[in-house]
Amino acid sequence: MTAARQARVRPSLRHTLVDILERFGVLILAVLLLLVIPFTFDMFRLGLAAKYLCFAFPAVGIVLIWGYAGILSLGQGMFFGLGSYMMAMFLKLEAAANPDSSSGTALAAFFGAAGLPDFMVWNSVEKLPIWWEPFHHVWIMIPAVVILPAFLAFVLGYVNFRNRVSGVYFTIVTLSIAAIMAIVIIGQQGYTGGINGITDFKTFLGLNLDTDQAKIVMYYITVLLLLLAVLAGRFIIRSRMGRVLVAIRDQEDRARFSGYDSAMFKAFIFSVGAMFASVGGALFTIQVGLASPSLVGIVPSIEMVIYAAVGGRVSLIGAVYGAFLVNAAKTFFSENFVEYWTYFIGALYVFVVMFLPAGLAGILKKLRGSDSRRAGSKTESN
Amino acid sequence: MSEILSVTDLTISFDGFKAIDNLSFSVDRDELRVVIGPNGAGKTTLLDMICGKSKPTHGSIRFKDLELSNMVEYQITRAGVGRKFQTPSIYQDLTVFENLEISSPEHRGLFGSLFFKHDRKTIERIESVAEAVSLQGELHSPAGTMSHGQKQWLEIGLLLMQDPDLMLLDEPVAGMSARERALTAELLKGIAKGRSLVVIEHDMVFVKMIAKKISVLHQGRLLAEGSMDQVQNDERVIEVYLGS
Repeated sequence: MTAARQARVRPSLRHTLVDILERFGVLILAVLLLLVIPFTFDMFRLGLAAKYLCFAFPAVGIVLIWGYAGILSLGQGMFFGLGSYMMAMFLKLEAAANPDSSSGTALAAFFGAAGLPDFMVWNSVEKLPIWWEPFHHVWIMIPAVVILPAFLAFVLGYVNFRNRVSGVYFTIVTLSIAAIMAIVIIGQQGYTGGINGITDFKTFLGLNLDTDQAKIVMYYITVLLLLLAVLAGRFIIRSRMGRVLVAIRDQEDRARFSGYDSAMFKAFIFSVGAMFASVGGALFTIQVGLASPSLVGIVPSIEMVIYAAVGGRVSLIGAVYGAFLVNAAKTFFSENFVEYWTYFIGALYVFVVMFLPAGLAGILKKLRGSDSRRAGSKTESN
Repeated sequence: MSEILSVTDLTISFDGFKAIDNLSFSVDRDELRVVIGPNGAGKTTLLDMICGKSKPTHGSIRFKDLELSNMVEYQITRAGVGRKFQTPSIYQDLTVFENLEISSPEHRGLFGSLFFKHDRKTIERIESVAEAVSLQGELHSPAGTMSHGQKQWLEIGLLLMQDPDLMLLDEPVAGMSARERALTAELLKGIAKGRSLVVIEHDMVFVKMIAKKISVLHQGRLLAEGSMDQVQNDERVIEVYLGS
């Protein structure tokens, strides 16, 4: 390692520290998330941390698809939303099957619509739509969360990339689809819960989600899946595929003439990013108790890109810190100055682009000083 | 000698302008062919169509037993056609080693690339190719920081890694010093053993160094074909090109 060699030449404390941070990035993150946060945060803050970490999933995916493959998607909210809504449908059906679970379902049962989600009853929907039916089963819902958005992303990506729709044009396609999805969800109130989203569920497979125990278990599941996503991303980046993706990002024509089906590679990494976003969405819904169109459209999708930009667009671990810090700032700001939040996040983005193009990960690099590593590109940094 | 590439009645039209107009052209196995012609003669467009970058309006491009006009770039590359562009087209952010490694022809599929580990044999090949293009001392430098001539060589090295049966080189000595040109001429002669080359070049000194057979294009058509002497003494060629 160049870093190690340099540390030996100039063994200053600063360099040693940065070196440790870089080499053991995943381990440090794991210790922070698995030990430090659960033992120092109270239940309320642990819940917030869990929520922030759900947003780290799409951010890690964005590092792969934007940082490494150069595909800027402003529509990751749609995949986050797909995971979120699929989980919500399952939880809602479980709540509806149990009239004692909430006042809404009890009232629905009173009106002779037992088993139907309460918002459908209010909207005079008399029969469960056929596409809700599979979500009675957890063994359909969980694979669907993992596979369905990935599959849709693959098809969307391949069709576009194959026809040489890329760069800003592909960005516009993703942006439009995210907007359309939010509009459809809001418009189809009887089937999707509309602007209110889907909410008011208490149990998952009969387990009460409101207990401290359930919350702690869900927090740990979230952290473990997030670390798994980071490690999977790292495996991809360090494989030959990682170099092929950078090659496609920097010189797509040459990659084609080196014999690579670049559309296939881009569609693949796009679908991996979609899968991460969807898992994050599902975990969000089970912990926050809500699936909402406000997490699907353009604004949340752009926020997800900002998490990755703040962390450093080629740093998987940076994306986790980026998502966590930006969301913590959002909580702080919206508690204190609600109306300025959107200005703040806009200013933050401009600041990062102008002064910290490599994000938080870039600060580490600067601290260590310039060395022979290639600037801001393929090199994976923590 | 048998033909490796045979182009028949090839036409490409951009909004009615025929950059290549009913061209027929063929290259033999193990041949080194130089294509010359004034600006706008359609030289680069011809290579673009062979390697799949542009699709012909009509006509056929046969390479071995394959019809290239129906195939896309990566399929044509895998079939054994390598293309070097006019401005060096390399991966600036990767090192010379990584550039060459990515061009090695194994495991170009999705899952192959995910689980690929390069073995001793690949590394040896990378080292020998680096030596062939005089970059053995630069293996771990980022490609983007090298000189223009070195980038040109690196791109030739990328093609060598692919070990193509037909190499298409678009102005390989553009921007090189006289010494680099002479080295490149030797390099190309070495490369030409056991494969076919099509080289576009403007520099007549360089053309004299490498050419056996020359094709002259003019306004999308084949104007003349033959040895250096034949071409230089052809009146039509003198009129449109050398005489100017």
